[in-house]
Amino acid sequence: MTTSTGSSNGAASKTAGDPVLLSLKDVSFHWPGRNGFSLGVKSFTLAVGEKLFLKGASGSGKSTLLSLICGIVSPSSGSICIAGVDIARLRASQVDRFRVDNFGIIFQQFNLLPYGSMLENVLLPLQFSRERRMRATAAGTANAEATRLLLRLGLPQDLHTQAVTRLSIGQQQRVAVARAMIGNPRLVIADEPTSALDSENRDEFMKLLFEEVSRAQAGLIMVSHDDNLAAGFDRKLEISEITITDRPATV
Amino acid sequence: MSIFSLAWHSLNKRRLTATLAVIALALSVTLFLGVERLRISAKESFTNTISGTDLIVGARAGNVQLLLYSVFRMGNATSNISMESLERIAARDEVAWVVPISLGDSHKSYRVMGTTNDYFEHYRYRNKSALEFAAGQRFDDLFDVVIGSEAAKNLGYRLGSEIIISHGIDAIGSQDHDTMPFKITGILERTGTPVDRTIHVSLEALEAVHLGWQADSRALSRKVTSEQARAMRLAPSAVTAALVGTKSRFGIFKVQRYINNFKGEPLTAVLPGVALQELWSLVSIAETALATVSSMVVLTAILGMVTMILGTLNERRQEIAILRSIGAHPSTIFSLLMIEAVILALGGIVLGTALLYLLLMTLSQWVEQSFGLYLAIGLPTLYEIKLMLAILVIACLVGAIPAMRAYRQSLSDGMSVNR
Repeated sequence: MTTSTGSSNGAASKTAGDPVLLSLKDVSFHWPGRNGFSLGVKSFTLAVGEKLFLKGASGSGKSTLLSLICGIVSPSSGSICIAGVDIARLRASQVDRFRVDNFGIIFQQFNLLPYGSMLENVLLPLQFSRERRMRATAAGTANAEATRLLLRLGLPQDLHTQAVTRLSIGQQQRVAVARAMIGNPRLVIADEPTSALDSENRDEFMKLLFEEVSRAQAGLIMVSHDDNLAAGFDRKLEISEITITDRPATV
Repeated sequence: MSIFSLAWHSLNKRRLTATLAVIALALSVTLFLGVERLRISAKESFTNTISGTDLIVGARAGNVQLLLYSVFRMGNATSNISMESLERIAARDEVAWVVPISLGDSHKSYRVMGTTNDYFEHYRYRNKSALEFAAGQRFDDLFDVVIGSEAAKNLGYRLGSEIIISHGIDAIGSQDHDTMPFKITGILERTGTPVDRTIHVSLEALEAVHLGWQADSRALSRKVTSEQARAMRLAPSAVTAALVGTKSRFGIFKVQRYINNFKGEPLTAVLPGVALQELWSLVSIAETALATVSSMVVLTAILGMVTMILGTLNERRQEIAILRSIGAHPSTIFSLLMIEAVILALGGIVLGTALLYLLLMTLSQWVEQSFGLYLAIGLPTLYEIKLMLAILVIACLVGAIPAMRAYRQSLSDGMSVNR
């Protein structure tokens, strides 16, 4: 019954003695019409507030795994529970709602809509999620909250209303963190967020990401092929340790 | 940012291509609506060539043939009507007036029409407008001429100009009635009808120039001078056709039946409106072709616009993935693309309509003067609003193609587009 719409925004997760934020069980998935590439997950859990470093090269099925966790694709069998809600059983529109309510997602690069200012980009998730909007405005206006986040991430206020196309990649990625963190998501998914950054920016980015994730007491799954970044994470896994992939030889 | 402002911002980001697509659509909308206006105005001015006349009477002939020679001055009558028959028709109770017309002569390829002063009284065009004189007046003397505006302008005639009319309607080999010059005493205002190209003279004057011609002896007519003709009794015994007005609408069909069954000589009476419709249906193929071509142009512009949207889809995969990651449903992506198509289509329609009105305001006077087509600059008609809606609906239907594509793309791309 945890999959009903009413509980999908799930305060249920905070039940005492249940530290599990995310659990995948007997999940199998194959891309429709993609040479039969399929992926399975026997069992995988992430605790509340846990920071996981997931190591995997491209082609290891990491994108598919992240898509499954985020509910962008849905598995052919198995369960994917986040905060007690099995998103594999939600209707597509409910999953989209659930995603914005509970996830902050940071891509490799090009995280921002090329139109609109820094502030507008940060505020976007609030457009789609009432829950995030309420959490973000708990202490004031959404604008104030976004500004606070951006300032904490080292982005000076005079940049906030400027078009994002003028920003450096390092700045863009920090805006992406602000967008992921606004309205305190439960789980932050970062897909190689530092791969486009130089080493100086990378370290700064990781420090800021950790600060914000800890402040929000959110879980973090970060995928990277760079072992150097694993420091500071609670746990480190190879993607192959949790997934079974089957990719028939391509012609 | 709402989904509407997302679409707007996204378009704004590509404003060059978007603007070009809107302009292409706008031009096609202008062309389409403009052609429709011209077509309707041509049809209206055509069907308004003659009004206020209840029946056209001529020798037994087809409706269209009778209309062509009596109103459009095209072709020839097969036979005449005797004045005696006309008098019997005029004597009927239902008949209010009869205006005889006589055709067959010309002046420098403009048709000469013999008639009476009643013609200027009863002939009506476009919503019962009467003929107006730009200068001068009706016939007074036997050899007075009232000339249509186009003929006067093209031939450079003014009041007082003297003209010679020719027997027959061929420019070559016709024989001039050169012993009896006519004098222009009246010039009509422009009407946009064949009246503009007609040279009106009195029936008696036509009779005068043909004195002796029935006997095929030009020698006689040569000897008759204008002065002698004025002294003669010049009642024509036959005319080519006649315009008939009735006292009430109920009388029309009675009189028509009477004429079509006329004892004495074979006659035909047609209702001008019916004959005009019949004639218009002959040219409606061209009308249809014109409408088809201009609607094809609109369709092409819509396809161009949609191609533009489709072309941007690939570069926007990341944008779509971002929107998906922050909770946008694929249907939101669909709506986003649809809104773009609607914004572009609406922009094209509004700009196109504005352009049409700009053209109408600058060109309608010129069109009326050069082609006799009256273009009204009123608000869009219900028909035009329906056309605009049709364009919008088609744009939405075609716009669904990139929207569907983006929808499916957003489902299959998953989290990342760099795969």
